[in-house]
Amino acid sequence: MKLSIGGVCKAGESKNYHTGTWRTFKPVVDNDKCIKCGICERYCPDFCIDIKEDGCHVNLDYCKGCGICAHECPVKSITMEV
Amino acid sequence: MKERISVIEGSMAVAEAIRACNPGVISAYPISPQTHIVEYISDFVADGTYKGRFVRVDSEFSAASAVHGASAGGARAYTASSSQGLLLMCEVLYNSASTRLPIVYTGVNRTISAPISIQPDHQDTMALRDTGMIQIHVESLQEAYDAHIQAFRIAEDEDVLLPVMICMDGWTLTHAFEPVKRFSDKDVKEFVGEYKPVQFLNPKNPITYGAFADEDKLMEFKYLMVQAHEKAKEKIVEVASEYKEKFGHYDGGLIDEYRTEDAEIIVLAMGSVVSTVRAAVDELRESGKKVGLVKIRSFRPFPKEAIIKACKNAKLLAVIDKSLSLDVGGILVSDVKTTFYNEDKKPLIASFIAGIGGKEINRKVVKDIVADAEEIAQKGKVEKDSIFVNLNTQFI
Amino acid sequence: MTETKKTLFASGHRACPGCGVPIAVRSILNATGSNVVVVSSTGCLETFSSPIDLSSWEVPWIHSVFENAPTVATGVLEALNSKGNPNNTKVVAICGDGATNDIGFGALSGMLERGDDVLYICYDNEAYMNTGVQTSGATPYGATTTTSPSGEYSFGRDRTKKDLCRIALEHGVKYVATASISDLKDLERKVKKGLEVEGSAYIQVLTTCNIGWGFDSSRAVEVARLAVETGVFPIYEYENGELTNVKKLKEKKAAKEYLSCQKRYKHLFADEEKNKEHLDYIEQLTVQNVTKYGILASK
Repeated sequence: MKLSIGGVCKAGESKNYHTGTWRTFKPVVDNDKCIKCGICERYCPDFCIDIKEDGCHVNLDYCKGCGICAHECPVKSITMEV
Repeated sequence: MKERISVIEGSMAVAEAIRACNPGVISAYPISPQTHIVEYISDFVADGTYKGRFVRVDSEFSAASAVHGASAGGARAYTASSSQGLLLMCEVLYNSASTRLPIVYTGVNRTISAPISIQPDHQDTMALRDTGMIQIHVESLQEAYDAHIQAFRIAEDEDVLLPVMICMDGWTLTHAFEPVKRFSDKDVKEFVGEYKPVQFLNPKNPITYGAFADEDKLMEFKYLMVQAHEKAKEKIVEVASEYKEKFGHYDGGLIDEYRTEDAEIIVLAMGSVVSTVRAAVDELRESGKKVGLVKIRSFRPFPKEAIIKACKNAKLLAVIDKSLSLDVGGILVSDVKTTFYNEDKKPLIASFIAGIGGKEINRKVVKDIVADAEEIAQKGKVEKDSIFVNLNTQFI
Repeated sequence: MTETKKTLFASGHRACPGCGVPIAVRSILNATGSNVVVVSSTGCLETFSSPIDLSSWEVPWIHSVFENAPTVATGVLEALNSKGNPNNTKVVAICGDGATNDIGFGALSGMLERGDDVLYICYDNEAYMNTGVQTSGATPYGATTTTSPSGEYSFGRDRTKKDLCRIALEHGVKYVATASISDLKDLERKVKKGLEVEGSAYIQVLTTCNIGWGFDSSRAVEVARLAVETGVFPIYEYENGELTNVKKLKEKKAAKEYLSCQKRYKHLFADEEKNKEHLDYIEQLTVQNVTKYGILASK
């Protein structure tokens, strides 16, 4: 990789850096409980959560394990586990 | 080629050159003796002859920041300042240079307080020496006009992409009146060309400016800037030649030599004092003294090769510094000494600190400097690190 | 590469786990869309979003130095204007509270006074977090930081938080609002509104910092919510100098509830008797907010 003029760099390349390696606890979703309200998705600081038709999916490549999703979940469908 | 020669103020020569180069954005904050430049530009805004964006800001720091944003935003950009104002800009100037933004500045040379004074010397732009910008010192109003036009071409060259500061002595040049040959804005525009940024902040191609580097890359960035400075040396000469082709006179390049061919003593100087030295050299030549002059135009990049070529056969170089690195001495002379240190053949180099805080340097002063230089050359040894010229010892 | 969500602020940024700032930034960019240039000052956001070749920004973004984002934003705007800005690209500055309240205050005042068409958003985490939690002009009364620790002769920060919204209003700024990461719909609506305004707009969004404030990272949103519900951080909107909208509360919670869940106020509770005057004063400040902005919903 050659350095660019003035340190200018391309958009969005942080996706190549997987912050999931920082994690101690990971969110485990019980999709039977999930009501797909999207609160966890909205509040995730690492944009790891996708609400799909079959429920809540967590992208562990980026999840740092902060636990906001579990704490904010109104039906307690997410638990933080090692 | 339409040209007109009339007697105008130095600040007007700069303002006219800038108007002709048509920057998209000009930002300014007033400080003496830069004020007339931005006042004239304000007149051009008011009368509609400058149609770009003129941003009045809250400080020189903001002026430097506004042109930083403007340049990254894809516009040709210009600002001017002086003395304390340049120091206030300093942090941004490092940043702009390293971001490789081709901004053009006028550095109107004025001393730095304390004590506060508005008199000219070179301390202010010297404080910006290592920002990474190109610094070109001019001697006359004509050269100020020509240099500003050339500055945009040098800065915007794809192999260079560095800010350029045209350094001109406050009052002595900004407020003096001389005949200046100018060209039509149209012809100047043609010479400078439309600004086509190689990269800029554009939603259609989103890029990140101002990222941070770790220890594996930072020195490498600086090394790329060193290479750009090397390229700039070629470009400064090339642009001056093209300027001559288009407008008929050569005013540019890295250094100017005057009667150096057989010179035993060569005076090296920068800025408006060069004209005085030239006149003194003529008078000294008439009395049979083998004296010459090298005017340093480009202070950064520093024209080592050209200086060696011009000066290697002299017995002694008398370097006039209008700035000071305390204890070490003159700043220009330090660079000249460094230039020769590893050369097999090197002249003696004597340092003359003069003109600090506006102290007058007239022909007599120059001749006194040369007389001192002759004495040192005769002894064959430089005994004093620096000679403070016309020091008022009764005050000390 | 794993499939990632389509956001204008990408995953893989290096914010601390549970940081409130990326939550706000994603919402801000949801509201601006991609036709925008973002300017940031030096600070947490800049640091965690822009290592070389690992930028999180999917929109054009520039950082210059700590104290000049407002004027860099002006420069970017004028560059757009110099070419007629045919696509009506917007310029948004997103800067921390230290840059906004302290070191960049002069530049911000200049920008607001000129009325440049820039939406300036301060992400307020109430101290210099990037350098290790030092006091800024936005640090609230009684909070400890590494430069205002508590001790026998200190109860932490001994000044109240600078009211930058007021100062913006005094510049004649047409749109001034506060927001919190606990209500992102509200934040997005306000960003859109701020962009619509011709001239400068100022939004201050409370972004919690679990490291600097001292609470578990999972509570980042809850603590922001408590700041609103206790009247510590009132949520309002001023248009053309008039207070036009306030987030109403059915009832105001006691400030204590907010303070006691954060380590930065822990010292005040170690000896409540001794610190009564400070705790009372903080409560009094929140009551003043409730009155001033008419926060309580009429029954």
